[in-house]
Amino acid sequence: MRDPLIIAGKTYASRLLVGTGKYRDFAETRAAVDASGAQIVTVAIRRTNIGQNRNEPSLLDALPPSKYTYLPNTAGCYNAADAVRTLRLARELLDGHDLVKLEVLGDPQTLYPNMPETLQAAETLVKEGFKVMVYCSDDPIQAQMLEAIGCVAVMPLASLIGSGMGILNPWNLQLVIEKVKLPVLVDAGVGTASDAAIAMELGCDGVLMNTAIAAARDPVLMATAMRKAVEAGREAFLAGRMPKKLYSATPSSPTEGKIAPKAA
Amino acid sequence: MNGKAHRFEQPLEIVALLSRLELAGKKIAVERNGEIVPKSAHANTLIADGDQLEIVAAVGGG
Repeated sequence: MRDPLIIAGKTYASRLLVGTGKYRDFAETRAAVDASGAQIVTVAIRRTNIGQNRNEPSLLDALPPSKYTYLPNTAGCYNAADAVRTLRLARELLDGHDLVKLEVLGDPQTLYPNMPETLQAAETLVKEGFKVMVYCSDDPIQAQMLEAIGCVAVMPLASLIGSGMGILNPWNLQLVIEKVKLPVLVDAGVGTASDAAIAMELGCDGVLMNTAIAAARDPVLMATAMRKAVEAGREAFLAGRMPKKLYSATPSSPTEGKIAPKAA
Repeated sequence: MNGKAHRFEQPLEIVALLSRLELAGKKIAVERNGEIVPKSAHANTLIADGDQLEIVAAVGGG
């Protein structure tokens, strides 16, 4: 595999991770995930509908865990204890699967991460053997703290969850990328393909998104666009872009042999 | 159970409860009074009066 994404010692060909929420039905979820090429998919843990389970379609039938790597999340948790409890249930549910996405939210308006609670939950989860990919602020110091605790990837937001506002602070993302040796994935805020490409061009190791695909008019087509954008952005990063040269244009065509006179 | 009261005629093992709820064999996890009951213990864990159960599954999410 050329240039794989490595998380907790496992290699993945795709650097795009996708959520499975907000789709019309499981058929659309499956079609979009397949078009995205994603190998890691996030899922939420929720109470079952007691008494309404008969022949109810399940996400696990649409996306068999044998084919996709599940990344159970703690969406909706506002403190460390709830997040830890949710992921213990996820591990039991998924037969010991220990790769998880920790997110501890600060408030329902912004869904901004609550970092003190996030750090506390990360510490407990790492001690219990979980491999923790962690949604966090784009603060390089907090990202380093998460690395020191033993998380396997840090996932700063680029803008608010579900906002589609794109990469609002590329400088901070670059600081996190520079300061942290772990994989850095942008989680949250991507709205369209160029946002994903910009994240990758900055040197992010991957991008995690849900709403940008699910809320597009044509989710499957947007999933394809995101796959290409993540690949293009990664290749541009590896290729090393030309320097920006303000006020110093250099022509791409020969300057000799022109029939027109030289500019004054 | 999942925040609602349920009444049963006699004490039940978790495995029997799940079968009554048509959840046998489904990918779910069970928590009893805040502690996870591993699948291996479903057959010999009796639920008692006043127990609080959570039964969860994986659903679409971001």
